[in-house]
Amino acid sequence: MKRTSLALTGLLAPLLAMGQEQKRQPPPDFTSGYQLPSPTTPVPKEALFAWFDVGVLLLALVLAAYIVLSRRSRAWLLVLTAFSAAYFGFYRLGCVCSVGSVQNVVLAFAEPSYRLGLSVAAFFLLPLLFALFYGRVFCSGVCPLGAIQELVLVKPLRIPDWIAGPLGLVPFLYLGLAVLYASSGAGFVVCRYDPFIALYRLGSSPLMAWLTGMFLAASLFIGRPYCRFLCPYGALLRVASWLASKPARIAPAACISCHLCAKECPYGAILPPSAEGDRAPLHQLRRTLARRLAVAAPLVVCLTVLGWFAGPAMARVHPKVTLARELALSLDRPEAPKTLAVEAHRRLGRSDEEVFREAAAIQRSFRFGGAAFGAWAGVVVAAYTVSLALRRRRREYVAEPGTCFACARCFASCPVLPNGDRS
Amino acid sequence: MADEPKSRRAVLADGVRLLGLAATSGVLGALAAKSGARNMVWQIDPDLCTQCGKCATSCVLTPSAVKCVHSYALCGYCQLCFGLFRDKRAGNDLHAENLRCPTDAIRRRFVEDPYYEITIEEALCIGCGICVKGCGLFGNRSLQLQIRHDRCIGCNECSIARDCPSNAIRRVPASRPYLLRQRGGTR
Repeated sequence: MKRTSLALTGLLAPLLAMGQEQKRQPPPDFTSGYQLPSPTTPVPKEALFAWFDVGVLLLALVLAAYIVLSRRSRAWLLVLTAFSAAYFGFYRLGCVCSVGSVQNVVLAFAEPSYRLGLSVAAFFLLPLLFALFYGRVFCSGVCPLGAIQELVLVKPLRIPDWIAGPLGLVPFLYLGLAVLYASSGAGFVVCRYDPFIALYRLGSSPLMAWLTGMFLAASLFIGRPYCRFLCPYGALLRVASWLASKPARIAPAACISCHLCAKECPYGAILPPSAEGDRAPLHQLRRTLARRLAVAAPLVVCLTVLGWFAGPAMARVHPKVTLARELALSLDRPEAPKTLAVEAHRRLGRSDEEVFREAAAIQRSFRFGGAAFGAWAGVVVAAYTVSLALRRRRREYVAEPGTCFACARCFASCPVLPNGDRS
Repeated sequence: MADEPKSRRAVLADGVRLLGLAATSGVLGALAAKSGARNMVWQIDPDLCTQCGKCATSCVLTPSAVKCVHSYALCGYCQLCFGLFRDKRAGNDLHAENLRCPTDAIRRRFVEDPYYEITIEEALCIGCGICVKGCGLFGNRSLQLQIRHDRCIGCNECSIARDCPSNAIRRVPASRPYLLRQRGGTR
C-alpha cells in the first residue's frame, strides 16, 4: 500500500509541475438541478477603518498641541496619552502607525506595483506637519509607542550628554537601514522589530516578547529609550522640529534661570542659558570647525567604500538571497535535511539557476544600497561632530525642540507665573 | 516679538519650513498621481502556496486569519475527496481516523449519486492547509488557502508573509482582495 501510494505520487509529481490548470477529476454533471454555490469573499475591514483612524489621529494631534501649548497641563496630556495607548495600541493593535509608515512611502517609490494608501500617507505626513509648527506633539500624546514608555516611566535616571548625544544618532542610522530594506523589498524591519507590539497584541514570538520586556524594564528608569535612541520616525520629527515655529516654551513669562525645569526633564532636552565665558573665541571656533569639516569628507568616503563592501552581507536578510544560500547549501550536502524554503522551491519547479541569478542581482544592487547607507552614516556622524563645535547663544532655559517630547513636565516645575510673578 | 524685527534665523526657518511643506506635498502628490493611490491588502497566491503549515502558526491572530476557501466551480465533487480523507484511510466513512482535518471543519453533504458537496466551516478552520495539500495531490485544487479579510487586521508587514517559504503572500489592491482560482484559470 505504502509503495503504491509512493509510486503514485512519484508519477504525479511531473504532472503537478506541468500545468496548473489541467483537470484531474472531470467536472460533475448534475441532473438534480444542483446550483453551484460560490465562495464568500468578505471585504477588507481595513478600508472601512482607515479613514476613521486618520480622523482620530488628526483629532489627537490637535488636542495634544492644544494641551501642551495652550493648557500647559500634564494631567490632560496623560489622559490623551492613555487614550492613544488604548486606541492605537491595544484596540488597533499598533498598525498602521506613523513610525512604520516611512517604509510604505519608500516602498511606493521603489516598487511600481505598490500603491500607497492615502490614509497611510496621512499617517506619515500629519505628525511631520504638526512638528513643523509645534514640535514633537505627536510623540507626547499620540504615538502608541511613545505613550506606553511615557506611562511606565517612574524613576528617570539622567543619562550623561556624552552617552545620550551619540546614541541620538542611532535613529538616523536605523532610518537609513529601514529605507534600504524597504526599498529593496527585503521587508519592513521597523515593523518586524517594533518593541511594543508583543504588549499591544498580548502575545508574539519569544524573541519579540523578550524585547518588549527589556524595553519596558528599561523604560521604567530611562526616559523613552525607544523614542530617543532608536525610533526612525523620531529622527524625521527631530529634523522637522528644529524648524518649529511655535515650540513649547517653558516659562510663561521671563525666565528667571532657576534651573528647576532642567532638573525635572527626564529626556535631557532642556539646555541652560549660555554663560559669558562659555563662548570660545571666534578664531578658535573657526579652527575647530575647519578641522571637523576636513575630517568629514574622508569619513563619508570611507564609510561609503565600507558600505559598498558590506552590501552583499546586508543583502542576506532578503528572502530571495536567503533561499539562494540555503539552496547552495543543500546542493553541497544533499543528505542534509532540506529547509522549508528549499522544499517549496523544489515543489514549485523553478530552476536553481534562476534563483541564483536573482540573488546575485539583489546582492549587486545592495552594493549601491550599502554604499548609499554608508554615505548617509558618514553624513550623520559628520553633521553631529560639526554641530558640537557650534555654540548657540541662549538667553534662558530652552527646551531643544528636536529632543523635547513635549511631555509638559517642566511647566509645573517653573515658578514663574504668566503675569511675571513667582509662585 | 512684534516690536523687534525678525531675525535672519527666523526668516531662514520660515523659508525652510515652506520648502519642507512644498516638498512633502509634492512627493505625496506624485505618489497619489501614480495611477491612484489606494490601499493594499495581503493575499496568498494559491499557485505559489506549498501548504507548509506556517499560515496556521505565524499569523498574529489565533486562530489565523488564513482559512481554507472552497472554489465550488473547480471541485470535482468526488465521492472520495482527498481533501477530506487521509490517503491511508481505513474505510470510506467519516470516522476521525479517516479524516485529514485536525479540527473537523469539513462538512460533506450528499448531492446526487455519485457527487458529494464539500463545505468548509470557517469558524473551525485554522488554516493549516492539510486538506488543501490533499486536494492538490489528486484532486482539482479547488481547496485553497486565502487570507480572510473579515479577520485580517492588515499588519504593515504580514508576519506570515515573512515566514512563508515560497513567498506566496503578496500585497494586492483592496478592490480585488482575493486570488482564488476560477474555472478556466482566470482569477
